[in-house]
Amino acid sequence: MNNVDSIDLVECDMPSMGALSQAPEVVLSMQGIDKRFAGVPALSNANLALKAGEVHAIIGQNGAGKSTLIKVLNGAHKLDEGEIHFLGEAVSYASPHHAQMAGISTIFQEVNLIAYRSVTENICLGHEPKRFGMVDWRKAHAHARETLARFGLELDVEQPLGSFNIAIQQLVAIARAVALDAKVVIMDEPTSSLDEKEKAVLFRVIKELKSSGVAILYVSHHLDELFQICDQITVMRDGKTVEQKPISAMSKLDMVAAMLGKDPAEIAKGGATNFAATGQVSDEVLFSVAHLKGAAGLKDVSFDLYKSEILGLAGLLGAGRSEVARAIFGLDHEMKSGKMHLSGQPVDFNHPSRAIAAGFGFCSEDRKEDGIIPQLSVRENLTLVLLPRIAKYGLIDEAKERQLVDEFIRHLGIKTASMEQPISQLSGGNQQKVLLARWLVTNPNILILDEPTRGIDVGAKGEIQALIRRLADDGLTVLMISSEFEELVEGADRVIVLQDGHSIQELANEQLTENAIMKAIAQ
Amino acid sequence: MNILTRVINLPGLKRKAHASRQAEGVLIALAVITLFASLRYDAFLSEYNIMTFLAYNSMFILIGLGMCFVIMTGGIDLSVGSVVALSSVVVAKVSEYGIEVALPVGILVGVTTGTINALVITRLKIVPFIATLAMMLGARGMALVISGNQSVDVSWESNFTQFGLGKMFDFIPWPVVTMLLAFAFCWLLLEKFAFGRHVLAIGGNEEASKLMGLEVNRTLFGVYVLSGALAGLSGVMLASGFGAGQPLEGLGWELSAIAAVVVGGTLLTGGLGSITSTLLGAILLGLIFNILNFENGLGTISFSAYWQSIIRGGFLLVVVVIQAKMMNRKKAH
Repeated sequence: MNNVDSIDLVECDMPSMGALSQAPEVVLSMQGIDKRFAGVPALSNANLALKAGEVHAIIGQNGAGKSTLIKVLNGAHKLDEGEIHFLGEAVSYASPHHAQMAGISTIFQEVNLIAYRSVTENICLGHEPKRFGMVDWRKAHAHARETLARFGLELDVEQPLGSFNIAIQQLVAIARAVALDAKVVIMDEPTSSLDEKEKAVLFRVIKELKSSGVAILYVSHHLDELFQICDQITVMRDGKTVEQKPISAMSKLDMVAAMLGKDPAEIAKGGATNFAATGQVSDEVLFSVAHLKGAAGLKDVSFDLYKSEILGLAGLLGAGRSEVARAIFGLDHEMKSGKMHLSGQPVDFNHPSRAIAAGFGFCSEDRKEDGIIPQLSVRENLTLVLLPRIAKYGLIDEAKERQLVDEFIRHLGIKTASMEQPISQLSGGNQQKVLLARWLVTNPNILILDEPTRGIDVGAKGEIQALIRRLADDGLTVLMISSEFEELVEGADRVIVLQDGHSIQELANEQLTENAIMKAIAQ
Repeated sequence: MNILTRVINLPGLKRKAHASRQAEGVLIALAVITLFASLRYDAFLSEYNIMTFLAYNSMFILIGLGMCFVIMTGGIDLSVGSVVALSSVVVAKVSEYGIEVALPVGILVGVTTGTINALVITRLKIVPFIATLAMMLGARGMALVISGNQSVDVSWESNFTQFGLGKMFDFIPWPVVTMLLAFAFCWLLLEKFAFGRHVLAIGGNEEASKLMGLEVNRTLFGVYVLSGALAGLSGVMLASGFGAGQPLEGLGWELSAIAAVVVGGTLLTGGLGSITSTLLGAILLGLIFNILNFENGLGTISFSAYWQSIIRGGFLLVVVVIQAKMMNRKKAH
């Protein structure tokens, strides 16, 4: 760390702080941070140095440990190992609230203020100006107006916060941080729900904060915007902080390479394939998507899906991969536009049950949140989608159910004590196999897999990848989303690269390499 | 209580085993209390006491069964007590046409209120607590309006009161027969039908259920209609057994039903539950009343109805505390 170098500066710039104080510029440092969840390391030896008046970006793939780092810093998680120094003192906060009171404010993705209270109350809550023991509202309103005016914002501060849009609410959250005299402001994906104009306002506010000496920790998946406002970049990978550089010393390609742990020179070359093109893909278009637009930044995605191929969807988080899958499957229907054709016929599902009836299956990204039903057994989880088809007048044909479950447990090699074991007791890989079986048992034509091998051990991963290939060889058409380019290159016949809600490139045959995908993303 | 504690604290139980062990726990508590009572009170195991006890508690068991389904989806139905009163008043008015008419009418009253609950919850997206709270007030008001705040006499000429007071084969009271049929129906529905599986899936993980294309709204609809229908049936028993439609009866019954479900080990968070345990839970709670009545009869101590309620509340609290501990232990893993 450069603390040592800057100690001299402390003493000449801010002699009042005394000889004991640390670096003047570094307001916050995290050293050797370790954090484990149930023994699994989420952070290992992570380091960070944050200087006054800088905007410091943390970037990394999903699961790299960015959120954990922030949560350890603001007291949402307790660290296992390491030290945090803030304004020269070793600190540890019991909660984000304590951190905020001490001068470290976190602006969350979802604004966590009180929507039905006024703007003033949200800014002043906990430190209201008092008069004779009662809140002096006139003063409070004036104070709120003043704080907002610093960002060039004029609001009716007596209105409930909820009556303003998300962008304004976020600015109010920042204003609250400023009103609390924050020295460090943490912003987690602040632009994810903002449009261009709102983004410009936010950036102006960030610059204003910067000039008043506040240090800003900025987490974002949108690499382009980092060049507009950031000074420093810390790259995280697998729970470690692998690189810290001024942004001027990095290109977008460098960032992508560092996030994925690859050599940028090699990516730039593009170059030779590691894998030969897999099996012959038929030329029959089974399903096509044209100009799909929808929820959460899905803007314009088009592609054809050929019969019995594995089509990969690549892109960074936030590029719209899962949104494509959800839109196809009839979720988030209200926000959708675009055309879809199945075997040449126009289709538009407004409910997952319609998509299922048409032969689709969808293994979603987050096994725990929206995959397994933890209280139910392997058997019950496996047959939930199939159930109406093996029931007569709603009465389940149990013999048939057991026979099918037994067959799939053996067929997919699911390791479970019995089919009656609760699914929550299985390993991640085996849970994933049960979820795959849940769809396979319905005999689908098109299976959408969103991160089919995330968070499962290497052995099970290989098994699942081999299984997907085998299924495609047997005629199943697969749309596979993955953050792992290696998996896409090895597993998919073709890959569509998504960026910022657009399908920007198709890669197949000898063009399909990890480097080519990265190059497309970094364009 | 020790045995119950130990049994439901066993870690890592399978769901089925878990449910059956809950039932086992309640069963052990029941056995202990029954043994104690049969030794202490001569008349306790008499045919008269057993049948009267079961007939009276059938009303509570019915709404407990409906409540169990609602709670398994992660919801709640506060309206059942009022619906019992409303149904009793309505069927008293039509009692002259006989039980053949009154029975379907009573059930229809419950189906109607249940449908309204379900519409408010699934279409207007109002949380079940508030939606059914509104129905609790509304149905009570309706019962008072229809009855003119008076108990409504039933017809003694028709066969209406036969349902509440008569016995099958001169042995089993009709309410008990009805209750056993309803129990069998609910048990089958949960264990053998796709509907029951969907109820558990939705209570366990609603987001996953939606992604699987399960008809979440339709299932919730069925659950609230079922709860209403059983409350309506309970109202028929009330009017028929007591010879009057009673607009002020059923106060707090929804809470007794929730208590029975909770004592049976069904978690209020949804996704887990057992029909058998609910039946046993309702009987256990009823038994405590029964024993206190005997105690009063012996004249050793005199418990007023108020004290009975306090004792029952304390008992419920103990069970819930044990459950909460069990939940925490599960989370810690």
